[in-house]
Amino acid sequence: MINTDKILDAKGLACPMPIVKTKQIMNELLPGEVLEVQATDKGSTADLKAWTERVGHQYIGTIDEGNSLKHYVRKASKSEEKKETTYKDIVSNDELLEQIQLNNKLVIVDVREEAEYTFNHIPGTLSIPIGELTNRLHELNGEDNIFLVCRTGNRSDLAAQLLVENGFKKVKNVVPGMSAWNGPMESGV
Amino acid sequence: MVSVKEISAKDIAKKVIEKDPLFILDVRNESDFQDWKIEGESITHLNVPYFDLLDGVDGILDKIPIDKEVLVVCAKEGSSLMVAEMLSSEGIDTAYLKGGMKTWSEHLEPVKIGDLSDGGELYQFVRLGKGCLSYMAVSNREAAVIDSIRTVEVYLDFAEKKGVKITQVMDTHLHADHISGGRRIAEKTGATYWLPPKDAEEVQFSYEPLKDGTSINIGNTTLAIQSLYTPGHTIGSTSFVVDDRFLLTGDILFVDSIGRPDLAGLAQDWVGDLRETLYRRYKELSGELLVLPAHFMIMEELNGDGSVSAKLEELFATNHGLNMEKEEEFRNLVTENLPPQPNSYQEIRKTNMGKVSPDEEEQREMEIGPNRCAVR
Repeated sequence: MINTDKILDAKGLACPMPIVKTKQIMNELLPGEVLEVQATDKGSTADLKAWTERVGHQYIGTIDEGNSLKHYVRKASKSEEKKETTYKDIVSNDELLEQIQLNNKLVIVDVREEAEYTFNHIPGTLSIPIGELTNRLHELNGEDNIFLVCRTGNRSDLAAQLLVENGFKKVKNVVPGMSAWNGPMESGV
Repeated sequence: MVSVKEISAKDIAKKVIEKDPLFILDVRNESDFQDWKIEGESITHLNVPYFDLLDGVDGILDKIPIDKEVLVVCAKEGSSLMVAEMLSSEGIDTAYLKGGMKTWSEHLEPVKIGDLSDGGELYQFVRLGKGCLSYMAVSNREAAVIDSIRTVEVYLDFAEKKGVKITQVMDTHLHADHISGGRRIAEKTGATYWLPPKDAEEVQFSYEPLKDGTSINIGNTTLAIQSLYTPGHTIGSTSFVVDDRFLLTGDILFVDSIGRPDLAGLAQDWVGDLRETLYRRYKELSGELLVLPAHFMIMEELNGDGSVSAKLEELFATNHGLNMEKEEEFRNLVTENLPPQPNSYQEIRKTNMGKVSPDEEEQREMEIGPNRCAVR
């Protein structure tokens, strides 16, 4: 069970209805929120992938439960598309990978939504969606080397600023993050 | 609600065969369209996925011709109906394909190939949507069905209409691109089901083994169907000579191409068999035989009446795959740069062996797409 912001039950509906309903609900969601679409129409996977790509939303993944499908889609937010980050202390994917391989003591926090984390993440990372970070600061230790990861480096940029404002000293933003990650990954599905 | 015209797969088949101009707006996603579509010499296409048209069809109105019949097509039919209604309310006379590409994939068009010497007839069942060809020979109230597809009702209904009883059912080989209807026809009619034993080593049901030289009779005047062991596409591939005039080649030889030897994973092993069959066994046969294959790949292979056939001597003169002098060159053709394999071909083979029993909807999904059984 993956937590999402909204669930759409499109089971039993034939094409085009799963996409028509998804489109309606996506209009109601806030940028960055995740929708679970439950469907039985087999063609919905390919169509949802193609449609999200077309309109700029993020297709996270699909779980095939045999007699039904669960698709996960995240609503695009314009701010994520901009390339520049404001937090200065950044490291590249390769530098993080090197740190992992050297077994250096580090804490990696993945600030993407739970659904995104579930489909793929770096082994040993802590999942704290950006929206929950303020309430979960106590799970982090101010002395640790903290590496923040998201999909493209934007959410983790905001997270890094938030941590520094709260007195964390050794915080790094990993850029670009999971969208270009070539190192080890694991999946919860 | 605006009313839109519904067009059946049978109507489309007629248009394809008669080369009536038709404009198809295919609203499936781009990869499905690239993979497989309704083709015909007189057909023009526009592919715009339905999910790009949810807010309206304004953006494509200038791309829709006004002098041609417009047909909207999708996978099942729901999206095409939606888009057809949108176009109709813009004043464009539009139809949609009833049952969508699924129905098109399954449609069978029977075409008479010729009369048999004892007064019987030979029919070819053309599956335009997937390029599959199957056959029914009728003679003295009995019939044989060869390489039948999954929708067996078509053959059963046809036999009933002709007043004949299906007594013999054969497959030239274990098919990898479509699910055979052979076993079900045999079960429903009590007919004998024949398979080449070398293709059937793993099948989970009983059958009669087809051997080189096996004669199969229908009708009381013993119209002989002579089987000829012609391996290469599969190790068991068998051809049939019907009435000394027709050569049913299965997936070994097509009108414009030849069979590929790799669908059971053994291209290198079977390439020698394929060459032997095409360049020696078929050479020994009369050039007057009319070749009737189990597939076609391109619409140009269709004759004017919608059938697919050519004289053997003509193919020896024109078919590229029969005219490669160097064995090395032939080996390269059939083992390298092969087209992608048919969709779900492994699962289809297992289904045809009786190892798995997917339900109707799953079988339909497995068969979606072109047959891809040839190399050219």
